[in-house]
Order: sequence, then structure tokens, then C-alpha cells
Amino acid sequence: MDELEAIKVTFFQECEELLADLEGGLLAMQDGNDDGDTVNAVFRAVHSIKGGAGAFGLEPLVRFAHVFETLLDAVRSNEVPATPDLVVTLLRASDVLADHVSSARGLGVVDEAVSAAMAAELKACTDPNAAPAPAAVVEAPVFEAAPVAAPAEALIGADDALDDDDLGFDFQPMTITIDEQAADVAAAAGNVWTVSIRPKSDLYRKANETALLLRELARLGPIEATLDASAIPPLDMLDAEAAYATWTVRLETEEDETAIREVFEFVDGDCDLEITRGEGLTPDAALAALLAGDAPAAVEAAPAVVAEAPAPVVVVEAAPEPVAVAPVVEAAPAPVAAPIAPAAPVAASAPAAAPAAKAQQIDVPGPGQSVIRVDPERIDRLIDLVGELVINQAMLAQRVGEYGIAPSSNLAMGLDELEQLTREIQDSVMAIRAQPVKSVFQRMPRLVREVASMTGKQARLVMDGENTEVDKTVIERLSDPITHMLRNAIDHGLESPEERKAAGKNPEGVVKLAALHRSGRIVIEVSDDGKGINRERVHSIAIKKGLISPELQLTDEEIDNLIFLPGFSTADKISDVSGRGVGMDVVKRSVQALGGRISITSRPGQGSTFTLSLPLTLAVLDGMVVDVAGETLVVPLAAIVESLRPKPEEVRPLGPVGSVLAVRDSFVPLIDVGLTLGYREASPPPTEGVVLLVEGEDGSRAALVADAIHGQRQVVIKSLEQNYQQVDGVAAATILGDGRVALILDVDAVISLRRREPPRPVEPTLIAAE
Amino acid sequence: MSEEIITTGAERRELISFRVGDQEYCVDIMAVREIRGWSPATTLPQSPGYMRGVINLRGAVLPIMDLACRLGMPMVEPTVRSVFIVVKAGDRMIGMLVDAVSDILSITDDLVQPTPDVACDAVRSFIRGIISIDGRMISEISLDRLLPEREALAA
Repeated sequence: MDELEAIKVTFFQECEELLADLEGGLLAMQDGNDDGDTVNAVFRAVHSIKGGAGAFGLEPLVRFAHVFETLLDAVRSNEVPATPDLVVTLLRASDVLADHVSSARGLGVVDEAVSAAMAAELKACTDPNAAPAPAAVVEAPVFEAAPVAAPAEALIGADDALDDDDLGFDFQPMTITIDEQAADVAAAAGNVWTVSIRPKSDLYRKANETALLLRELARLGPIEATLDASAIPPLDMLDAEAAYATWTVRLETEEDETAIREVFEFVDGDCDLEITRGEGLTPDAALAALLAGDAPAAVEAAPAVVAEAPAPVVVVEAAPEPVAVAPVVEAAPAPVAAPIAPAAPVAASAPAAAPAAKAQQIDVPGPGQSVIRVDPERIDRLIDLVGELVINQAMLAQRVGEYGIAPSSNLAMGLDELEQLTREIQDSVMAIRAQPVKSVFQRMPRLVREVASMTGKQARLVMDGENTEVDKTVIERLSDPITHMLRNAIDHGLESPEERKAAGKNPEGVVKLAALHRSGRIVIEVSDDGKGINRERVHSIAIKKGLISPELQLTDEEIDNLIFLPGFSTADKISDVSGRGVGMDVVKRSVQALGGRISITSRPGQGSTFTLSLPLTLAVLDGMVVDVAGETLVVPLAAIVESLRPKPEEVRPLGPVGSVLAVRDSFVPLIDVGLTLGYREASPPPTEGVVLLVEGEDGSRAALVADAIHGQRQVVIKSLEQNYQQVDGVAAATILGDGRVALILDVDAVISLRRREPPRPVEPTLIAAE
Repeated sequence: MSEEIITTGAERRELISFRVGDQEYCVDIMAVREIRGWSPATTLPQSPGYMRGVINLRGAVLPIMDLACRLGMPMVEPTVRSVFIVVKAGDRMIGMLVDAVSDILSITDDLVQPTPDVACDAVRSFIRGIISIDGRMISEISLDRLLPEREALAA
């Protein structure tokens, strides 16, 4: 049972991918890209979900997927034109399908009314001439028309009556050969059945899989499957999309014929099926030889059989098949797999093979497969270990340095090489975990549709940079802030269609979601072309709520950023979407906890842009190691513009305590890190130390004064929050070569700590339980 | 040590007792991960005075808390005999700097008396109860209150 559960988990993982493919395909269709490939991909996604769901008996999901698939099949064969309206309907259907998947997974409930209405709508689209199907008919479960005990005739009849537009699954009467004599023999010998399966190429084209059928059969009782590969032509004559193989299965089961037949419910008509009671032998000589265990004879016989072979035969995905069969077959005759192996390279070109082949990877790793699934915990463990390796290597280098060994010595050179190797290993390991932000982005179109319909606005989502890669640790935490920013952009940013028309804009607002790499960080931008921030209102609300003092003069930028203050909410009325008081302050804090920053720029009448910047990884960082008041600190290299030793004439006092540094005609405030962090009470003259010219996220510059620079190093980021909490001015911690903990400076926080004056709106201070 | 204590049916627990100044405290042994000798910690800026800083515990950053200071007593410079007890409090690990570890007690809950109503807030909120054994007074520390609350980060 555990095994089944494991397969089910995999199925749901695949469902997620398939749903994403589905939505991606539909969105491509919406953009006018409705070529055959796209439509086929969309169809296959739904079909694969249905197929898998059927295997697990997830009735409601199968039922809905079936209706959906039927319509898609009609679209695929150009019976139903893919109009923009239809694509919108299909998109909504994909949302309902996603709900069904979640529900089958035990995460949430499907709104039956919505689902039934959607199904009815799909039915109506499939057959525009028919009157809109009454809900009752839609509800009539297409798949329950195949009850376990129903005789074959009844099954076919019921199907004809109920499901006349079922294009995906043509239930056709089939030939059943029942050898009376053989049955008698079998009755004496126990319940032995011989099932002969000869798939047609259509079976593979519909993304079905013989291995799954065999697995299903195995559930009825012990099976012995034999593959007749004799019909496979030589490689140069092989048609990659044709079907050549025949399986003969000896099944021992208490179940009756109907139960066996039920296994083939999904492939009915797509394969020649013979179910015989008893140890029936097919007349095929090669097969007989195989069954007798005379494999070489069968292989020898093969060419002859090819010539005679009347039916089109196997093998769309030759490679996965033997692999999948392996766990099922009790005693797989070794030579059987052999003739198939050469066909493997050809299989890659068969498009229909892809989903099926994918299904194989999880079960049993097969030859020639290019993707492996790895438990993320193993990778995390590897990354931890590499982190320790980096620390250890640094420690070694430091010790060697202490002994005063010449840099040209063999030992020092060996150490250099070790450092390079360590770095390469680390980069490679990190690359394993890097993922495109696509996985987060693709959830957003649905969100936008839902929020737009909830708020009565028209919104179009434009996405850019989906393939921007970022570490998995960061990906996981992107979803919440992006969701929040998008909701905010539609709910608060965009105007209603009427307002937009009045302002001379397109009634459909555009929300843009973009990801890009910028100076060693990932930047996510969410922008809208709405009305922009109403600064007067924001200002007055902030004063009314006592968040700022009325006398305070604020710049436009400062007013815009007031929306990040805790307890600030500008919605005129509390809406379901984003007006619950958990506003942008929560987003800001969760982003800060990741070492990220968020800011907003706005132009009245033209829209607003949220900019979210996060480190590419939460695992390593290039930093400058400095000494401040006896403490060792690491300053992120990405923030450092240059480091210099200031000359006395470059340091100018400004005001009672402050001083600035003259850097090539511009003046930059000098900040003593030791003083700001509270390491010391008075700062020594800046000319005695070293100055790091840094640039904050918002482009503002500052000159940080440290006592000494130790050099540049890659450090492993260790969380302070894991065992303690966030500390103002500190981004994280790391472990140095000597085994001691050093703190990583949060440059922006240090700049703003310094800037902060009492009347200013302050960040939420750390809650110290005193 | 503790063998002479007679069980009265209630479940037995084991506690580790230690000295802070001239007072004795204890924590549940199940919360204790290890006991280590003192090593200098990296100071944390903007932190309450009782936070000694952080140290490297096999690759993890471990905050060290001066227990005497946390309980409102004057901070004592650590000596070579000082140790820190690594305990798990909720999902966090912290090190408590104490003067010395005394012994392991095995007690039942009925031996724990409620904390007397003393003036000090810190004592009232951090002490779970008081255990009296052989004329010694040992206060049991409530670990979940020791560390400052983390900021709620729920989005």
C-alpha cells in the first residue's frame, strides 16, 4: 500500500507540472499561438491527468477531466474553433481542474456547483449545435457507466447512450474469443487467464502506457508477462510512432472477466485484446517458443514474423517499456529485452512518448534517461557539507598563513588549488539547487484572473524573465510577497474599467511581473499602469492613524513608502482581497527576514512599481572581512563600490557631530560602523581606519569606517534567526577560518540606522521580552 | 544524590542542577543537548545585556545567554570553570552560561512547589517552581520564556 501511496505522491507532483503546462499552453493560445503543437500539449496535459486519476480511482477528477479533454480533442481536430472566448473558458476550466486535483489530494474542497456549471459549459462548447446540457446530464458520471460487474454488451450500450460525443475514448465492440475447451481445462487448474494485448499506435498517441496496464493486471493477482518483440523490424525500417509489440500475460485471479476487462477500460479500441480462460496459447509460433522459454528460437523467428505481421505494431517508447515491465514480470526472460534496446534512441523522437516516459522515471530509473529526481534533503545535506568544507579550507589556509609559509611553496600552491576546487564544487552544488522562478510565476495568472474578477477590474498579466534562476531556498519564499504585491497592484493600483475609460486609458489594466538579476541579487518587479499612489491620502491617513507626526515634512518617495508602515491600509472599504490590515508591512518584514528589501515608486496617473530585491542564494556570500572595534565583520562584496584609506583633507566635518568624505567632487556621509552597532562609544578619527564606499539598495552612497581590512572571502551564510532572532544592522552570521562566528553586515540597515532620527517613522523595533 | 526520594506514583523526571552565583537552578534533562566549557562569544550589536553573543557549535550559530544577568543578577566574568548548557527551547537552541553544573536530580512533580511571590519580575516569569531536596533550594527554569520573542513573520 505504501508503494501505491508513493506512486500517488508522484502522480500529484506530475499533476502540478501538467497543470502548469496546461495553463502555459492555454496562455500561449490566448496570445494567438494556437498551432497544433500547443493544442496537442494542452490536450495531453489534461489527458495524462485523467489517465493517472483513473488509475487511482479519483472519480470526480476523472469525470471533470474527461469532459475537459473531450472539448480539447474537438479543438485539436479543428471541430471547435479556438476563439479567444473559448480559450478564456478553457483557462477557467483549468482552474477548476486544478481545484479537483487539490481536492483529490486532500487539500481543499471543490465547489460542486462551480464544477458542474463549468462541465456543462464545456459540454456546450464541445457540441455547439446541441441544446445546453441540463446539469443532470453533466452530472451523470460518464465513467460510472462502466460498473465492475456490467457485462460487456451493457457497457458498450450505456456508453453509446450517455456519451455520444466522447471523442477521446471510442468504446467499440470487441472480439472476444472464449475457448470453451480451454476454459474447462483452466477451471480444473484454478483461475488462470491468458490475456493477450496488442496495442495499436493510437494507444501510445493518447499517452497511455502498457506498463500501467500490466501493473493494473498485477493488482488482480500474480501475473507472468511475456513480451513478443518479434514483430519489431530492423532499426532502419522502424517507424518510431508505430506499435509493434504484443504482450501475453498469464494471470491467476479470483476475479471474473469483467474485472480484467475493466483494466483496459481506458485503452478500449486502442489495442487488440484477447482474454482467454486457461493457459491459452496463441497460434503465433514465435510467441509459443517464447512461452516455452526458447528465447533464441523466438528471436531467430522474428524476421520471418515481421514479413507476415498483419497488424501495425509497437513501440513508441521502446526504452521505458522493458524498464517498467521489469518490476511486474516475475521471471522476465532476459533475451526479450535485448532486441528492443537498439530502438531506444529512436524513441526520443516520438512526442507522445514524453509524458509516459516521464512517468517511468520515478518508478525505476531506466537507461538513457536524462532527468533524475532527488530528495531535496539530500541536496541540502550536500550543501551543508560543502559549506563545512569551505570553512575548513579557510581554516587550513589561515593556519598555514600563520606559519609564514612562502606563497610560492608547494604547500601554498596546493592550498590555492584546493581553494579553487572547493569553490567549483560549491558553485556546482549550488547550481543543482538553482531553479527558474517560473515555478512561482506560473501560479500567478490564475491569481490575477481571480483577483480581477473579485474586484470587478480588468487586468492582464504580462510576465518577463520567468527563466531567471535563483536558489531553491529563495524560490520557496518568493511566492507570498509576489502574491501580495500582485493583489495589491490590482486591488489598489488599477482603476475600475469605467475610471480607466474616463482617464483615456484602455479599460484593461496591465500588471507586469518581471524577474531579473542585478548586481548579484534577484530583483522582482511588480508594476501596474493604474492611478499611482494618492500621496495626499496616504499622508493624511498616516497622520490620522498616528503613524507619523503632522509637522514632519516628507519627500514624495518617503510618503510612498509610508504604506509599508505596520497598521497602514488605504482601501476605502475592507475588501476580501487585500484590505485585511495585514498589509505591506508584513510583506516588508518577511522580505527583510530573507535579507531582502522592498520599495515602491509611483507616478500619479501612470502607475506604481514595487521592487523586491533578494539575494540569489541564502547559502553563500562573497564578502570583505573587516575589523571593527575588536570584532570581525563581513561586508557583502556586492554592496562595496571601493575601499580606500582617507586622507585628512578628504574628511570634512558637517554639523556638530557628523562628517562627510569627499570622493571625487561628491560628498558621502561617513558612518563609523563600530559606533552605529554600539561596539564603541566614540569613533576614532576616520583617517586612522579604512573606508569602504558602499552603495545601498536605493542607490544612496555611504562611507563605512572600519579599523582594518583582512581581505576578501566567500563565506557560508548561517542564520541568526534559527536560534535567536533578527538583529538590526546584521544580515546573518558566518563562521570564519578560526572557528569563530563573525557577523555579516546589513549595509542598508547600517545606513538607515545612522540616518534614523527620533521623529522619523521607525521600523518595528525588536520586541525584547523584558 | 536522589535515590532516597520515594516515588508516590507520579511520573519521575530527571533534572540537571547548576549553580549561578550562590543560588541553585535546574532544567529538565530532556531539554539539555550538551554541556560545554566556556569559549569567547562574538558580541551581538543592539542586543539585550544578557545576550553574551553567539558561538559556533559545530557549524550552527548558537546564542549564549548569561543566566545570572537574565535573572536580574549582576553579570559575572566567566572563569575557566564556567560552562554553558546547550538547551532546546521550542525550536531554538540556546546556550546558558552558568558557573558550574552540580548534579542530576530525579524527582516527581509533587516535589515542585509554586514560586513564592517575590518582587523580581524576571524571577517570577522564568522560574517554573522550586524544589526542596536535602535542605537545598533548587529553582526550576522555564525555558520557553528565556529567549526574547521573535518577531512574527507570518505573511
